[in-house]
Amino acid sequence: MTEPLPWLILLPLAWATATFLLGPGRGAWLAIAGIAVQCGLTFALAGQLLAEGPQPHAAGGWAPPLGIALAADGLAAVMLLLTQGVALLLALYARGYFAPGDQAARHFWPLAGFLLAGMNALFLAADLFNLYVTLELVGLAAVGLVASGGGAAQLGAALRYLFATLLGSGAYLLGVALVYGAYGTVSIELLLPLVDADVPRAVWFAAALMLAGLMLKTALFPFHFWLPPAHGGAPAPVSALLSALVVKASFYLILRLWLGPFAPLAAAIAWLPALLGSAAILWGSWRAIRAERLKLLVAWSTVAQLGYLFLIFPLIAAPGPALAAGVMQAVSHGLAKAAMFAAAGVVIHVTGRDTVAGVAGVAGRLPLTLFAFALAGVTLMGLPPSGGFLAKWLLIDAALAQGAWALAAVVIAGGLLAAVYVFRVLRQAFLDAPAVEAAHPAPPLLEWTAFALAAASVLLGLRGMELLRLLSVGSAG
Amino acid sequence: MTSGLVFALAGVALFAMGAAGVLLLAELMRRVLAFNIMGSGAFLVLVGLAQRNDVPDPVPQAMVLTGIVVAVAATALALALARRYQALGGRDELAGDD
Repeated sequence: MTEPLPWLILLPLAWATATFLLGPGRGAWLAIAGIAVQCGLTFALAGQLLAEGPQPHAAGGWAPPLGIALAADGLAAVMLLLTQGVALLLALYARGYFAPGDQAARHFWPLAGFLLAGMNALFLAADLFNLYVTLELVGLAAVGLVASGGGAAQLGAALRYLFATLLGSGAYLLGVALVYGAYGTVSIELLLPLVDADVPRAVWFAAALMLAGLMLKTALFPFHFWLPPAHGGAPAPVSALLSALVVKASFYLILRLWLGPFAPLAAAIAWLPALLGSAAILWGSWRAIRAERLKLLVAWSTVAQLGYLFLIFPLIAAPGPALAAGVMQAVSHGLAKAAMFAAAGVVIHVTGRDTVAGVAGVAGRLPLTLFAFALAGVTLMGLPPSGGFLAKWLLIDAALAQGAWALAAVVIAGGLLAAVYVFRVLRQAFLDAPAVEAAHPAPPLLEWTAFALAAASVLLGLRGMELLRLLSVGSAG
Repeated sequence: MTSGLVFALAGVALFAMGAAGVLLLAELMRRVLAFNIMGSGAFLVLVGLAQRNDVPDPVPQAMVLTGIVVAVAATALALALARRYQALGGRDELAGDD
């Protein structure tokens, strides 16, 4: 395995297929071992990138355009690290979460494997059409996971999500078709010198379609309608995977296109994503503050936190830390949101109730889980020394350097609103509980994996510089 | 106007009709069909625009073939989910938001 790129895609495909053949609900340790190896491969890849710079790879020795080209740079490596790291902890969590014979666990492991294979392929794909295929792989696996709960509400959410994701990738595909029609290639590398500011109108149309389709898949306001029911209704490990990782995949692709082939066009519309992102922060936080159900609160918080990712676009053309801020936000939110859904899963498992009111008394019964929830909250609010603090600090830094006071104000307001919904849960947790018997004991594995994710999101602020150095390898764009 | 451009424009029209169907129709079955019309529109654009000087280009053909596989898989998943949803709730429309 001297070449990590293809193995990062083949390995999850292999263990996903194997766990499917083993039968419903089985193969957890195989999956965990597979993800652990993927973690090792990702670290090897990161080391290789830092030492030798970006390396292209032609799968199976077939050259493009008919072969599949893979490429990794710093941005891809950071996203791969986030994905494998979060997936490993969530796999351990899921091993403890699903009781033997649980209906929702029947197809969790194969679907999670196909999801990871699709995501890794998405981060590594080097042409627009293969990106479309990987987008669909990720979307279909994610829809399957949302439906795994099996109830009518979950199936409804899965169908709503399916239509949203198909519409998004359909728009992306039409964009790819128009780009191919205009330039006769879909390789990102070959397109870079071809696209300039006075392109044919069809290419403008293509860029608009592709970006709009991807924003729908990233659940940017006002395309967020599918996210809260899908993420709030799924089993906790699934919600965590989807909220932490899957929405970041389409954001990564927006970033790739924006910094890559569409850079000459993007400057003209740079304020639109920031405007929608600001609206997402305000509306998502407001709905989180008002939410009755605990998991819906966390899901609406995802809508809000995704908004920050889009604030960077007006700032990204000028030199400065805007890209670093966006990626740091993606990583720290990924860790924190996985931790928060995991902690919420433990609370619901123990109390048997998915309501914010039901959290009462948790401080005494589940101190470690509550601590994990609070640490994740620290990252979402952006308090030092968390990764969220670093992300928001870099973002404010970039905004003020370019005189964009409004963006800095939105970041600060978003942090305050996050504090409101986080403290709403914490305050409830310290209230006296009505004397009810614990529905189930809390398995330590669940509590500790949630805590590990939350601790990682906070400690990221201290080790952020290493991550940013990796990000700058062959800097995207 | 070349024949390729005619194909491409027809494809865009089909795509728009299909996308509107996915967004606006209520019945799940019709939405699945609308998604297929939308996909066919995109494929038509891909193949139509690539015909330069009436010499067909093999690369978009390969892409469309891949795209058809993806669309069949997506359709199968949508139909399976819709059937199950209908069996559980007795409806072939999604319940209202939130």
